Amino acid sequence: MSINEGGIQLKNPYLPYPVRIDEIITETEDKNLKTFKLVFLSPEDGKGFSYTPGQFAELSVAGKGEIPIGIASSPTEKGFVKFTVNKVGAVTSHLHNMSVGDTMGIRGPLGNWYPWEEMEGKNVVIIGGGFAFTTLRSSIIYMLHPDNRSRFKDITVVYGARTPGMLLYKDELAAWEKRDDIKMHITVDGTTDPEWKYNIGFVPAITEKKITSAENAIAVVCGPPVMIKFTQPVLEKLGFPPEKIILSLEMRMKCGIGKCGRCNIGEKYVCKDGPVFSLAQLKELPPEY
Amino acid sequence: MTDKVFSKKDWVEAIKGIRASYRVFAPAREGDFHNFRPLEDETIPNFDFFNTRLSPKSVLYPQSERMFECFNDPDSPEKGILKEAAKDYTQQAIVGIRPCDAQAFHIVKRNFDNPEYIDPWWVQRFESTVLVGLGCNAPCPTCFCSSVGGGPFNEECLDVIIHDLGDKYVARGLTEKGKEFVSKTQGGNPADEKVIKEARALAAAALEKVTARLPSERLGAKAATELFNAPFWEEVAFSCINCGTCTFLCPTCWCFDIQDEVCGKQVDRIKNWDTCMSPLFTLEGSGHNPREKKFQRVRQRFMHKLKYYPDKFKNGVQCSGCGRCVRYCPVNIDIRQVAGLMNEY
Repeated sequence: MSINEGGIQLKNPYLPYPVRIDEIITETEDKNLKTFKLVFLSPEDGKGFSYTPGQFAELSVAGKGEIPIGIASSPTEKGFVKFTVNKVGAVTSHLHNMSVGDTMGIRGPLGNWYPWEEMEGKNVVIIGGGFAFTTLRSSIIYMLHPDNRSRFKDITVVYGARTPGMLLYKDELAAWEKRDDIKMHITVDGTTDPEWKYNIGFVPAITEKKITSAENAIAVVCGPPVMIKFTQPVLEKLGFPPEKIILSLEMRMKCGIGKCGRCNIGEKYVCKDGPVFSLAQLKELPPEY
Repeated sequence: MTDKVFSKKDWVEAIKGIRASYRVFAPAREGDFHNFRPLEDETIPNFDFFNTRLSPKSVLYPQSERMFECFNDPDSPEKGILKEAAKDYTQQAIVGIRPCDAQAFHIVKRNFDNPEYIDPWWVQRFESTVLVGLGCNAPCPTCFCSSVGGGPFNEECLDVIIHDLGDKYVARGLTEKGKEFVSKTQGGNPADEKVIKEARALAAAALEKVTARLPSERLGAKAATELFNAPFWEEVAFSCINCGTCTFLCPTCWCFDIQDEVCGKQVDRIKNWDTCMSPLFTLEGSGHNPREKKFQRVRQRFMHKLKYYPDKFKNGVQCSGCGRCVRYCPVNIDIRQVAGLMNEY
């Protein structure tokens, strides 16, 4: 929570809100990704946690520490917040062993968000890879909401994972496939499943094949570094200028509010000035991320 | 009456006496050097030093500080809920702080107290602290305060300034806080014009003695990406052993880590000083590390102090010229030389 217009900071920005784990969903076949649905213990805190798709929060487990995770739910989904967490280190491993009903904390919302005002009236191309699809899910749910859908033109999604079993939010992907107000291009690196009816191929290649125009469009790209590296020239070839290519970065973080000093790229902090940057902005900064 | 003259003996008594109103930190001998210590009955304050080994950074910003705590009793409804740790913000005074170290607090303040977020602990402690500075009659060869916006008698960042006139001290209140401090001291006599004139003359002479410089005047016009890609970083970093002495001693280094510590059912969330010289500072869970190599970390330290910070806050470099990193670097890396390379590039 930032300082309000009166210049008064109402809450200690390092103090997490207590939340209860309401539901845990194992997302992927390797069981390494779980989605946590969290409910604020105090409804007041829930109101204070007002976020925009693209932002993140620090998940806090007392005695283990904190981790910065993108918010996977959309502000149009009321009464809870969702995070999809990859099991990597001490905090995430502990989190994966927690149960429904347990108490933990979340601190945020933190960072900036996708440029929604700029995206209005434009064709939106969403490109995601692997488990970086979380804030993209938030964005899709947000754009598809009846209150918002008319604000955007065509919505096209390219989303890839290693195998069909590694895709996140499978039920929702299937539902979006059936809709006519969003174009889905789901892909996997490879599969032995004879029933697989979507694409096979890496995200950059599918992007090249399926996205035909950069006309009045803005691309939001979120994925592993290697995917971003090879998708970027594809988008540039399609005619997307660097200002219209939007990326969300990751970096080791602690404070989440631009104080602790570790997540800087040049003079910018990924936690506070990011995590969302346009390619044009990144080109102005030292390539250290 | 705000300005007072004390005999050196009376001054020690005066600051011992003022503990009735303030928690006092003062320099004391520790082996061959000096450090700031809480002034207790048995402490012998000693103001006869060039500068303290460590700056009083930790008085406002403890090396380890408990932020939150909770008691993880499995049966308690409070299990897993962190609460703010109790803090004591009694009025305190740092007596004998050098003007460069006081300036360092103001440099750090821009990070901890800005319109975006406020670090409540640092800011509250800053606000409850009176900075009673001791001007430098004899700056060291490693001092370069006057080229980074300061000076051996720079009054800008102090509440009180003390002039050492050989057998006596002159204490001049500079701010409301400082005037109150001086008025609360016991003993001493009002300073007359003659003694103030003498103090000012000594201060002017001291400024002349600071001849070393940190060149930075051309850094603002250069692009960060250009300096970042300059060819000299590998060479600058060649001898560095990444020991972190520079960041530890630096009064303007503020980076920190947050760690949870568990003892039985007691959980403490703790803020610790950290160092950008360590590869762990930026190591990610995936194994990726944006500053994996030594030269990248060395570059980060100098770029942060001399380019990123000035670009961000538009208020000079992130260095107060105390010279500690120059004096204590085990391999003689000198920020003034590095600034020179950057400035000339």
